[in-house]
Amino acid sequence: MQCPKCHAPMHTYNRNGVQIEQCSGCRGIFLDYGELEALTRLESQWSQQVPPPAPAPGAYPPPAAAPAWGAPQHGGHHGHHGHHRNKSFGRMLFSS
Amino acid sequence: MTAGLLRALAAAARDAAHDGATRDAAHDGTTRDAAHDAAAPAPPAAAPVRDCVCGAPVLADRDDGTVVRHGDLVAKAHASDTDRPQLAARLAVAAHPALEGILLPPLPAPRTELHGRPLTYWPHGTPVDPEHPELAPWEAAGDLLARLHRTPAEALPTPLPPMRGPAKAARALSRMRAAGAHPAADAVERAWATLPPWARAEAPLTHAATLCHGDLHLGQLVHHEGRWLLIDIDDLGAGDPAWDLARPAAWYAAGLLPPEDWSRFLGAYRAGGGPAVPADGDPWPALDIPAKALTVQTAALAVAKAVREGRALDEVEEAVVQSCDRIAALPAELS
Repeated sequence: MQCPKCHAPMHTYNRNGVQIEQCSGCRGIFLDYGELEALTRLESQWSQQVPPPAPAPGAYPPPAAAPAWGAPQHGGHHGHHGHHRNKSFGRMLFSS
Repeated sequence: MTAGLLRALAAAARDAAHDGATRDAAHDGTTRDAAHDAAAPAPPAAAPVRDCVCGAPVLADRDDGTVVRHGDLVAKAHASDTDRPQLAARLAVAAHPALEGILLPPLPAPRTELHGRPLTYWPHGTPVDPEHPELAPWEAAGDLLARLHRTPAEALPTPLPPMRGPAKAARALSRMRAAGAHPAADAVERAWATLPPWARAEAPLTHAATLCHGDLHLGQLVHHEGRWLLIDIDDLGAGDPAWDLARPAAWYAAGLLPPEDWSRFLGAYRAGGGPAVPADGDPWPALDIPAKALTVQTAALAVAKAVREGRALDEVEEAVVQSCDRIAALPAELS
């Protein structure tokens, strides 16, 4: 589709399962019906997942920043991996 | 791997381990003398011992490297298509005093070719126990890399060959394509397509390069004479130092490596003055492209292996493929 504002072609991206069209010219973003609501819903789910702040001082250093494409479950889920998962990751740690 | 090469490599390791000239050159010759004198008197170099109690365990047996241990000596048959002059340059770096305490130095080589494959000799070091990765020396790994990357180019003996990291990533993609169709291959290909040409070995590196290891993982650390050292020089050379941090970074980003292990590794690298990331603040702008490349490489090899073995991806391999999915979903304009 073409941008209604500057008429440059628009490209489709998938952000967390929501289709977004972004204009290759003016960088404007077009949302289909219901997509804004979907994004708002994702945002509220995300903020509910935020763990309580302030880990005890003197414990591990705070986790370093993660990239934009990092796994969403960062922050304390490890230690509950099954035996199989640990074994498989153990192999990966030693592989080229 | 043919049994013939393994036998020949074991014999080469045995001969070198019992060869006085090589033994004397080893740092730990005394220990080996004692071990072998108990079994048989030290033979003259021209008449290697044929029977001893050392054993010759195979430490690795892959197309790109077969490694056999004999006593305190390790013999490695490199890939047959190894670039010989580049391997010689890499060996000279590992043997150079500037890398003392960073890279395990090679032993003198009684012979340099075996069944069409280059042959190198090394002292044996104790690796990280694969059964206990939680004992991994993350601080030592970070510190060793910082010192490796800070090695001044003018201190090195020869012009450096290029670090082979991007070439290995490209080879992983080729292997996945050759293995056959798999539903996860699409995400891996789409993530690969987001990478710049230099990271795909399609163009030379244009930004600042340092001496790099090129293939860091936990199997590349050995404990030798009371300290940890880096081994395996096949991919060593000039490149983006962030490449050496990228495999742990990729594991961390996939949610596999615990944040505290990542912090120990990155913290030690920064404390050692490593140049790949800024001393403070967000390291991810510098790590982003290499970490994406290692994610794609790891996923591609996992998919190729799963296709070959006719099995589904396991949970850990799935996590890396999901990273590829997220990399591919990031629009360039918004990343």
